[in-house]
Amino acid sequence: MSDETSRYSRREALKCMAYGGAGTLFMLVGGVFAPVDLATAAEDKPGPARVGKPLFVQISDTHIGFNKDANPDVSGTLTRTIDLVNGMAEQPALIIHTGDITHLSKPAEFDLAQQMLSRLRTTELHTVPGEHDTTDPTVTEYFNRFGKASANKGYYSFDHAGVHFIALINVLQFKPGGLGTLGSEQLAWVAADLKGRSASTPLVVFAHMPLWTIYEPWGWGTGDADQLMDQLRRFGSVTVLNGHIHQIVQKVEGNITLHTARSTAYPQPVAGEGAGPAPLKVPADQLPKMLGVTRVSVVKHPRSLALNDTTIA
Amino acid sequence: MSLGRSRALLTLVSVAALWFVAPSSPSRAAPPDSTQIVIKDFSFTPNSLRVKAGATVTWVNKDDEPHNVVSDTGSFRSGAVDTDETYSFKLDKPGTYPYHCALHPRMVATIIVQ
Repeated sequence: MSDETSRYSRREALKCMAYGGAGTLFMLVGGVFAPVDLATAAEDKPGPARVGKPLFVQISDTHIGFNKDANPDVSGTLTRTIDLVNGMAEQPALIIHTGDITHLSKPAEFDLAQQMLSRLRTTELHTVPGEHDTTDPTVTEYFNRFGKASANKGYYSFDHAGVHFIALINVLQFKPGGLGTLGSEQLAWVAADLKGRSASTPLVVFAHMPLWTIYEPWGWGTGDADQLMDQLRRFGSVTVLNGHIHQIVQKVEGNITLHTARSTAYPQPVAGEGAGPAPLKVPADQLPKMLGVTRVSVVKHPRSLALNDTTIA
Repeated sequence: MSLGRSRALLTLVSVAALWFVAPSSPSRAAPPDSTQIVIKDFSFTPNSLRVKAGATVTWVNKDDEPHNVVSDTGSFRSGAVDTDETYSFKLDKPGTYPYHCALHPRMVATIIVQ
């Protein structure tokens, strides 16, 4: 929608640049989830963000500890993200972090991340680990801090406002040469968790790595995700949220909407550009082309939601 | 395991093993070229390395992205190896050691210990 793009003034564009990596706000509108870019949600004027009650904010890939050229100040960008969330007129009920909280799984990185996230006005925080959170040789740093919800298994579920949330871990059982893996034990747990649950229950499923194959050569996918999708398909509203790839990719499959979030730390190349998914160094004047906004419009006849991902270039 | 900067590796070469006392470090420095594996552009080079039993293999990461080194069979597992950092492991037992990067599991390679 090019007419939409032209509505952005320079000032707004700069604001979007500043918060382009801020995260995604999820609104519950008539039982359907709609991602709204935080930069849009923060606008103090009537808009898509005013439709529905904010349920949660998804923050992803904060990579505390990263200090390379792509963003020498990831703490600064997370601080701005937190300020933005805290500044929202109506606070979300909970926050979801979809992993890569830290860059190198170091205790000091986890400590700093926890300290920073504790500034969120919304205190209910739910996390799943990314592969960057589980590189310590004993794989204990993440679980020592965030393992309680799952009894150190990494997967758990909870309910809020009639919505059933399922947190999954797909970064531990890597098969060499393959994709992320959920594993049979976790898949059996999901089956038990969903058994007897009404198909009208809205579901939110979140994990770090994409739960569908976006680009296999870079491992952007989960090898046994099909077995999960088979279990989700009977539900009327399923929202699957992931991080890992530091950019928005979305797919709708029947009643299942799959969406990846931006990072608060640095962008990554689109699938297949370059040797691998390394941090993407972006010249300042190119930044607007890399950072975009996701806006949600309400289509009245019939009433539904339309997503629009637009770059700010 | 021993995770040191490349600076430490250079020191190791020049000062031998005077102070380098991680569990997997050798009692004497092995020829550095023959046992070094470079991680660059999301691949291990050489992809297949032959060493003698008792050799210490050192991986050095030349990418802007951290990697790690994880044995497929559980023989060794490094922590995150960030840019210009190294990881070393002493391989005593002859055999074939396939390994991968658990951050990017498409990255696979093999060491053959003779």
